[in-house]
Amino acid sequence: MTTALTNEEVARYSRHLIMPEVGMEGQLKLKAARVLCIGAGGLGSPVALYLTAAGVGTIGVVDFDTVDYSNLHRQIIHGTPDVGRSKLESAKARLNALNPEVEVVPYEMALASNNALELFADYDMVVDGTDNFPTRYLVNDACVLTGKPNVYGSISRFEGQATVFAAEHGPCYRCMFPEPPPPGLVPSCAEGGVLGILPGVVGTLQATEAIKLILGVGESLIGRFLLFDALKMRFRELKVRQDPDCPVCGTHPTVTAPIDYDQFCGITPAAPVAEPTTPGSGDVTVEELKSHLDGQDSVLLVDVREQREFEICRIPGSVLIPLGELPRRLSELDGHTDMVVHCKSGARSAKAVALLRDAGYTQARNLQGGILAWIDRVDPTLPKY
Amino acid sequence: MATKILIPTPLRGYTDQLDEVEAEGATVGELLSDLTTRYADLRKHLYAEDGTRRNFVNIYLNDDDIRYLEKDQTPVTADDTLSIIPSVAGGAWS
Repeated sequence: MTTALTNEEVARYSRHLIMPEVGMEGQLKLKAARVLCIGAGGLGSPVALYLTAAGVGTIGVVDFDTVDYSNLHRQIIHGTPDVGRSKLESAKARLNALNPEVEVVPYEMALASNNALELFADYDMVVDGTDNFPTRYLVNDACVLTGKPNVYGSISRFEGQATVFAAEHGPCYRCMFPEPPPPGLVPSCAEGGVLGILPGVVGTLQATEAIKLILGVGESLIGRFLLFDALKMRFRELKVRQDPDCPVCGTHPTVTAPIDYDQFCGITPAAPVAEPTTPGSGDVTVEELKSHLDGQDSVLLVDVREQREFEICRIPGSVLIPLGELPRRLSELDGHTDMVVHCKSGARSAKAVALLRDAGYTQARNLQGGILAWIDRVDPTLPKY
Repeated sequence: MATKILIPTPLRGYTDQLDEVEAEGATVGELLSDLTTRYADLRKHLYAEDGTRRNFVNIYLNDDDIRYLEKDQTPVTADDTLSIIPSVAGGAWS
């Protein structure tokens, strides 16, 4: 362990040093600690910022994305000038400016079954700030297999979850969620979105738990699953028990090395679920739609997105019938010989076309790539979201 | 006897956007059966086609997972709260 703080460090951490729960001993523990953050996004931003400010000696950050405008409402480690830059480069610059005493180690890569164990072995604990089920299960299993606590947080819309999995004698993610929901049942893009402040709350909870684990103080969230509802401003707590039959941390584990997590989560790599771009029979391209519309053809253009999406951008002449309302609004489509259906990128409209054809509207066709393709290839003046 | 059931956000589309509903029953199984009778569209999200409950759906009675109580046979009272807890992956949400 590091033996002393410099005078500058004493000044920087003075409000920690005078607290009995931290003190010199605790601050030196923080300085010796090594924490790996998976993701430099919504959760990773506050986690990395607070751990850096607190003086955690080594912070690894794994990410392979670049900063986008749509990140900035919540990913506070990045700024407007960073748009287009690698998230790691942007995060490292911000963290170095905040606290040059901390060593920030960037890993520009996707966490995968063949690199997770080696990477985790170098750290004391892992903070999970990922955004998909395959990586969640990978982080969990690799934490169990390497014996590192998994400081867990996840968010959706205005609700968050946080706990500590895979600590010694504690439950793991699989004890609570033995298997992921099939891709078809996870919220669609219509139900997605997140309140920008939410990862700030949940990421700060994760950073708090990480600091407590390092210091060995307080009552950890091990075995307690914290639920946060920002709209109600209410926290709830559930018990999580270690499952003796858990396939990875149970008494007779069957998972003894990382597996194929895409397959485990029912995801076929060749055809991502969210963006089915394989053209079906009778699909229409945005160029074909444009010439239909320009030619005054009597094509009915049905937009099956939500009202709030329609308010952001729309294709002129389209009629809004959100997918959920379509079954009871079919009569509005009667009398149209030609019908094109679109959504944001094609997934919801493919469902709508299937539904319409089942209901006898065999003339319904899907717009390939949705309004995003329209904006890219026909009308770039419209805003993208 | 009605018992409160908390509905998670992803499933509120099937309960008329209600975050809290009441159902009748003396056990967890009866409550869920009554719930999915009242809100039929919920059924396919909670049960597989063969009638078994989906593995990724966690049911909590108050703060405890029913897997560690008496599962569907766990007795309930009007003072209890049943929660459906979904697993949520989001962290960044691109």
